[in-house]
Amino acid sequence: MKALQGFAWLLVLQSAGETLARLLMLPFPGPVVGMVLLLVALRWSLVRDSVAAVAEFLLAHLSLLFVPVGVGVMTHLGLLGQYGLRMAVVIVLSTWVGLGVTALLLRALMRRDGPDADAHAKAIDGDAA
Amino acid sequence: MTDFVQLWVYLSSTPLFGLTATLVVYVLAQAFYARMDQAPWANPVLWSVVTLAAGLTATGTAYPTYFSGAQFIHFLLGPAVVALAWPLWQRRIALRARWGRFLLASLIGGTAAAGSAVGLAWALGLPVEIVLSLAPKSVTAPVAMGVAEKIGGIPALAAIFAVVTGMVGALSGKYLFDALRIDTDATGWMARGFALGTAAHGIGAARALQVNADAGAWAALALGLQVVLASLLIPLAARML
Repeated sequence: MKALQGFAWLLVLQSAGETLARLLMLPFPGPVVGMVLLLVALRWSLVRDSVAAVAEFLLAHLSLLFVPVGVGVMTHLGLLGQYGLRMAVVIVLSTWVGLGVTALLLRALMRRDGPDADAHAKAIDGDAA
Repeated sequence: MTDFVQLWVYLSSTPLFGLTATLVVYVLAQAFYARMDQAPWANPVLWSVVTLAAGLTATGTAYPTYFSGAQFIHFLLGPAVVALAWPLWQRRIALRARWGRFLLASLIGGTAAAGSAVGLAWALGLPVEIVLSLAPKSVTAPVAMGVAEKIGGIPALAAIFAVVTGMVGALSGKYLFDALRIDTDATGWMARGFALGTAAHGIGAARALQVNADAGAWAALALGLQVVLASLLIPLAARML
């Protein structure tokens, strides 16, 4: 029941996000606005307790959700044949650039904290677990 | 034989087929991945996509027929983006204390990924719709589609670029980080996870989560930040150029 309530919250906030994005002509996609709304709504324990269960399930299986779109690659085989090699070069190199720049920069920024930084580098805040 | 053909024709045209095929293939790919000790090359998204696309092509099943069932899984991407608020909330204290640094890393890292993609695509002479569809490739697929649409790219292509980007990150991240001498201590896992979430969105985050729980948590944070920044800044940058 908790998970079902949580799922209902996600859909309600996504709908609210879609509505706001359209009405106010925001530059964000609806689900992104929904995410910001949920971030505010999580202060409320009624929302928090029910959303936690369903969010962890959804995010744990996030990669499954990309499969249907990924299979769509078969409809663009013509484009792939023509530009495939160049697109692959662009995607691979730019992904490496993004990964490398982010990892090196974040590590450099965190090291400015000094040697005790690792002690704080805990991913989950104690009170939320 | 004709009975079998008729049964296949019936089954393959109902939404049940696409949904069942996606879930069964993914569960098998996930089991294979676990069996291979989660080796990056055994990535479950990669093998699910390859198996399903090959199966559909071999049986002459059209993608829209498949998608009529698979859309029920695809639909969950929307609620999953909303659910990203949860990992952000869980890390709100770390975020509040160091939000400037996370924001800066997310901003510079995301710009480096999108900028190098657009610049390279331009230099290699790819058509402008493809260049624009490549810009949001580091954000999770549904958001990439929305952003591509806004700036004049092709949404379906943007989604595929996003998925391929995620797979490249999940497959090669470990080797790249090892080569760059990013350690596997707490700060190292933070840098690795955050980079995967920034440059390789949900698929990179899923990989990070499987390897190390903390890395997965930082990846989810990075993914959420990247979604907000990219959907705001990429259309803005496109308008100015």
